[in-house]
Amino acid sequence: MSVQGFATTTSAVTTAGSGKARRVKQSLTSPWATAAAILIAVIWTIPTFGLFVSSLRPAGDIRSTGWWTVFVNPSFSLENYESVLFATGASSANLGSYFLNSFVITIPSVVFPLVIGTMAAYAFAWIPFRGSSWIFVGIFALQIVPLQMALIPLLQIFSQALGISGTFPAVWIAHTIFGLPLCIFLLHNFISEIPRDVIEAARVDGANHTQIFFRIIVPLSLPALASIGIFQFLWVWNDLLVALVFSGGTADVAPLTQRLAEMVGNFGRNTHLLPAGAFVALIVPLIVFFALQRYFVRGLLAGSTKG
Amino acid sequence: MDDLLGKLGVLVIGIVAFAAVVGVVLFLADKAPKRGRDFIQLLAFTAPAIILLLVGLVYPALRTIYLSFFDRRGENFIGLRNYEWMFTQPEILTVLGNTLLWVVLVPTVSTVVGLAYAVFIDKSRGEKALKALVFMPMAISFVGAGIIWRFIYEYRAEGFEQIGLLNQILVWVGAEPQQFLVNSPWNNVFLIIVMIWIQTGFAMVLLSAAIKGVSIETIEAARLDGANAWQSFWNVTVPAIRPTIIVVVTTITIATLKVFDIVRAMTGGQFSTSVIANEMYTQTFVRTEFGQGAALAVVLFIMVLPIVIYNVRSLAKQREIR
Repeated sequence: MSVQGFATTTSAVTTAGSGKARRVKQSLTSPWATAAAILIAVIWTIPTFGLFVSSLRPAGDIRSTGWWTVFVNPSFSLENYESVLFATGASSANLGSYFLNSFVITIPSVVFPLVIGTMAAYAFAWIPFRGSSWIFVGIFALQIVPLQMALIPLLQIFSQALGISGTFPAVWIAHTIFGLPLCIFLLHNFISEIPRDVIEAARVDGANHTQIFFRIIVPLSLPALASIGIFQFLWVWNDLLVALVFSGGTADVAPLTQRLAEMVGNFGRNTHLLPAGAFVALIVPLIVFFALQRYFVRGLLAGSTKG
Repeated sequence: MDDLLGKLGVLVIGIVAFAAVVGVVLFLADKAPKRGRDFIQLLAFTAPAIILLLVGLVYPALRTIYLSFFDRRGENFIGLRNYEWMFTQPEILTVLGNTLLWVVLVPTVSTVVGLAYAVFIDKSRGEKALKALVFMPMAISFVGAGIIWRFIYEYRAEGFEQIGLLNQILVWVGAEPQQFLVNSPWNNVFLIIVMIWIQTGFAMVLLSAAIKGVSIETIEAARLDGANAWQSFWNVTVPAIRPTIIVVVTTITIATLKVFDIVRAMTGGQFSTSVIANEMYTQTFVRTEFGQGAALAVVLFIMVLPIVIYNVRSLAKQREIR
């Protein structure tokens, strides 16, 4: 973190602070700070807003004029959405099929690591055994290892030993593996905070690990599972690299991101389809994000305050 | 329709099979004989995760290191020649330079803008909505972001009507439209802006939570001592949120090192904009140069390694304290 970087963006704060001793609460909320905040908010929002407006314009307009001209001569149509989703033919976007693939890929890729991760997290937190700490730290370290390190050999395992390369199970397993370290780490942080009394009481009543797991750990971990689940959902839904390597890249298995990346590759020909196409891909994560923002933020904070 | 049913069928079968396997494993653990039950149950809970990680991450990572010393098909040992290739090819040196540029710019700018924004909107009216606006790009895929920004940067020759906002602004102020994604080396900066756009929200949310955790008494004490807003921010707030700043910077740094999708979707690595992760993909899966691809992955790993070690050490310290 460079001090110099700070100086450039916080000039607004310094000018703001020269005023009289107001209440601390309002110390930094001066007109300058407000103006800077609004400016940042606008810069951050306009790109997405512009794409949304574009997606609703007739194909010819997208190619010939900028989206801001709709404020002068408004003309809207849904034809782009219709053609990216439903048009059939060799050169069509065919996003309907890829949209389905994204769901088929994402649901198991969220469920599998959560289940396996909760089991492992419980064991690391509550079943004492030799080497437990070391293995846990090792798993934590794996979370940071770039997945590029694993791609080539894992692909070889899938294609040669298992023969599942280019199928849904290959993508599920790959996502499960790559998601596990973070899932285990975050869930462990949460599960190890469950009061010891609760678990001791169950043990005294004669419950074994399986029973404790289903009756205590899973119900109590639901908030954490929700946060981490959202994370894994966004990560899998938005992923391109894993999909490119393991899905085979056809309409049979590949997700939306893969098809969109392909369409951008021929930007000139697809100019009018891309805004609608991108929005089809954005809409699901945006709904998830706005509906479950609370859990999402909580998950983020849990992951980082401990790390 | 057949497509739909077939795929949903795969989905259902996959989930049912998974549930069956997990169910059987836990059921057997539950019914294990008294002798050695603890061990069997421990195994049942940890084995699935550990096996997957060993087979899917640990072994592949080691094998990638091994492959990086072999030729394109992984048959003949060629020593360090892949690494020699990497550091002598001008194109690959550009790739390494670009990656450094990303790693310097993205974490710094995202953190600074995120922190400034978090401070500016702290306790203001509509804070939640203002946060959501900057945070929203976090939910958008890198590919989606790539498309969004392709339209911002879109170029039409001078005299034609511009459809990209940035060039339109240039025209409005009387400047010449630019090919933002083609003209090297500045095109790298325009790709980096996309990553900053995505990561700033992440930095902002974490730092905002940290700022709210700084006790008001300390800040008030500083103000009574005559510190102005800037001084109390710099001398009280920043040291108090230092741990969070470190987390934010390291997390964004790792994400930046691995960045692939943005480059892939926006330029495909052309016009000298490739980065290590993208080049690794190109070498391995486009040119089938497995050795060179593996060597690039290893270099990426070495760049992340200091952060791994730092984090592992602080985690180990934390567990000791507990």
